[in-house]
Amino acid sequence: MSLIETRQLTKTYNPETVPVHALRGVDLCIEKGEFTAIVGPSGSGKTTLLNIIGGLDKPSSGQVLINQTDIAQLSENQLIDFRRDHIGFVFQAYNLIPVLTARENVSFIMLLQKRPAAERKARAMELLEAVGIAEKADVRPIYLSGGQQQRVAVARALASRPDFVLADEPTANLDSVATKRLLDIMARLNEEEGMTFIFSTHDQRVIDRARRIIRLEDGKITQDETP
Amino acid sequence: MKKQKRTTEPPFLPLLAWRNIWRNKRRTLITLLSVFMAVLLSSLMISIQQGAWNAMIANLLNTYTGYIQIHRKGYNDNPSVNLSFQASQELIRKIESHPKVQIALPRLESFALASTENLSRGVLVLGINPEAENAITNLTARISKGKYFAEGEKSALLSDSLAAHLQLQPGDTIVLLSQGYHGMSAAGKYSIAGLVHFPSPDINRNLVLLPLKTAQEFYGTGNRITSLALFLDSDSDVEKTAKTLQNQVDTSQYEVLSWTQTMPELVQARDVDTAGAILMLAVLYVIVSFGIFGTLIMMVRERIYEMGVLIAIGMKRYLLGIMFWLEITFIGLLGAILGMIASFPVVYYFHQHPINMTQLSSDATAIYERFGFEPIFPASMDPNIFVQQALFIFLITSIMALYPFWTLKKLKVMEAMKS
Ligand SMILES: Nc1ncnc2c1ncn2[C@@H]1O[C@H](COP(=O)(O)OP(=O)(O)OP(=O)(O)O)[C@@H](O)[C@H]1O
Ligand SMILES: [Mg+2]
Repeated sequence: MSLIETRQLTKTYNPETVPVHALRGVDLCIEKGEFTAIVGPSGSGKTTLLNIIGGLDKPSSGQVLINQTDIAQLSENQLIDFRRDHIGFVFQAYNLIPVLTARENVSFIMLLQKRPAAERKARAMELLEAVGIAEKADVRPIYLSGGQQQRVAVARALASRPDFVLADEPTANLDSVATKRLLDIMARLNEEEGMTFIFSTHDQRVIDRARRIIRLEDGKITQDETP
Repeated sequence: MKKQKRTTEPPFLPLLAWRNIWRNKRRTLITLLSVFMAVLLSSLMISIQQGAWNAMIANLLNTYTGYIQIHRKGYNDNPSVNLSFQASQELIRKIESHPKVQIALPRLESFALASTENLSRGVLVLGINPEAENAITNLTARISKGKYFAEGEKSALLSDSLAAHLQLQPGDTIVLLSQGYHGMSAAGKYSIAGLVHFPSPDINRNLVLLPLKTAQEFYGTGNRITSLALFLDSDSDVEKTAKTLQNQVDTSQYEVLSWTQTMPELVQARDVDTAGAILMLAVLYVIVSFGIFGTLIMMVRERIYEMGVLIAIGMKRYLLGIMFWLEITFIGLLGAILGMIASFPVVYYFHQHPINMTQLSSDATAIYERFGFEPIFPASMDPNIFVQQALFIFLITSIMALYPFWTLKKLKVMEAMKS
């Protein structure tokens, strides 16, 4: 029983006008504890795939099962709660709420889950320590570098105790030092806590760190290797 | 900070909203200022408008008509000395026993032609009980020339602009001609004891006062009167008092009418004037609303991406909607409260230093005088006025704040995050 399973996923943008076939039948299984990179040239469908797995977009056909739940069966509000409780998101940039401090950004999602204040406080600090940014806990995002912001975003993604984290090009805006640091943190969380990470990237240095590499080309999986 | 409560709604929304409105300080301040000015201006405008009417009506009621009048039934529709009546001691006692009634003054009122050697003019003749009348309306204080009169004297008091028109001075005589009780002809010659100034220009141009007995002789009514003018404690509810009194007198013989019934044209003029003021306010509020709405649209537009992220990570749309609602309502409420607070001293100033229209515009003065009141406006200090303006702004902002809900309902997460 896989954590994530996609069955014959297709996605066609603008089917009526200028159809763009972003995904053309993607079958994929991802197990708990994976550290998987989705790679491929620009326009190959990486973002589309991650968004559909994350329930942010709907496939044109096919199914997404997460822990056996067919997410297409969920109502809009159920899906929002499902994302909140089961999926951690890290986007390319501007993940954080600008008016909240780093700590508040991490606590925020637990507030949405209505977790008790004491737990929120303790876990937020714990996670900020884990991503090495505890000393900036009370600082707002604009005072953090891009790398620091992405680390806070990882902390936030983990705060809700999700089943897995989806990260679409999380290092795209980072320099090599910040990239390495973010990956170290993600890899450690994967190894020590068994957190599942699925991320897309163009960056060879990031690809090298992955334990499984899924190559997409023109909306199809052309390679799936575990080096 | 408040203790964390176990509520279904996360309490962080107000905090988030509060911080969000200060993201663009300048825009928030401009919006605040526009709400502030709207509340200030409208409070001031309404205060002055209401204050003017209140002052004018109070003047008229306290110095002349009284709050409630009791007549012989039918008199109000067809005023004539023929519809005069004898006010029994019992009737007066009954009326004055009402806790709100200070006094019921007997009066005999009708029209006459006043003439001198060269001039003549239609006037209103009012027979009054000199002592009792003075005790309540303080007529002696308004004697501008000459002196007051006493019961039984064959002398008259003239309102001063009438005296000026007829070119009369205290000591001169005036001849009155009229139709008396049941068609008798009435004629009399009276020496002028003094001139009286009335705040209502309309009255000031027309009134001749006679001692009651003298007037009764003139009209040949015996000891009849045409009205009992009731003066009430200033805080009383006039209409309610009129109702209670109605139940106490024999309504087959008498009519009990509040000033709104005896002077419906005054009520109408006030309503027309108020409607005009409200229309102006409406225009002001429409302008302000556009300003607020513009701010709101910008607030929503520039945060589409952020909304996308928040919905993506698991925040329900309605929570975001509440957040925007709080933001715009905070601005509206803050502006309204500040406007309210600032209104007090400004309105208080105009309460203490009434606007004197005679110094501003002679046209306006003429118009106001035609309605029969002095063009001097002390602002009303009624706190309801301020609260109403603030509530109105709150209402407008609350309604407009529904716009983000609509935007959020349509928002597609993927598209939002592309922006
Ligand atoms: N909303 C959309 N409407 C129309 N076409 C779209 C939309 N989003 C993506 N596409 C198209 O779908 C295809 C796949 O896009 P996608 O963003 O998934 O690729 P990607 O692999 O993430 O590319 P990149 O590496 O540049 O991020 C592309 O041809 C893109 O132009
Ligand atoms: Mg992409």
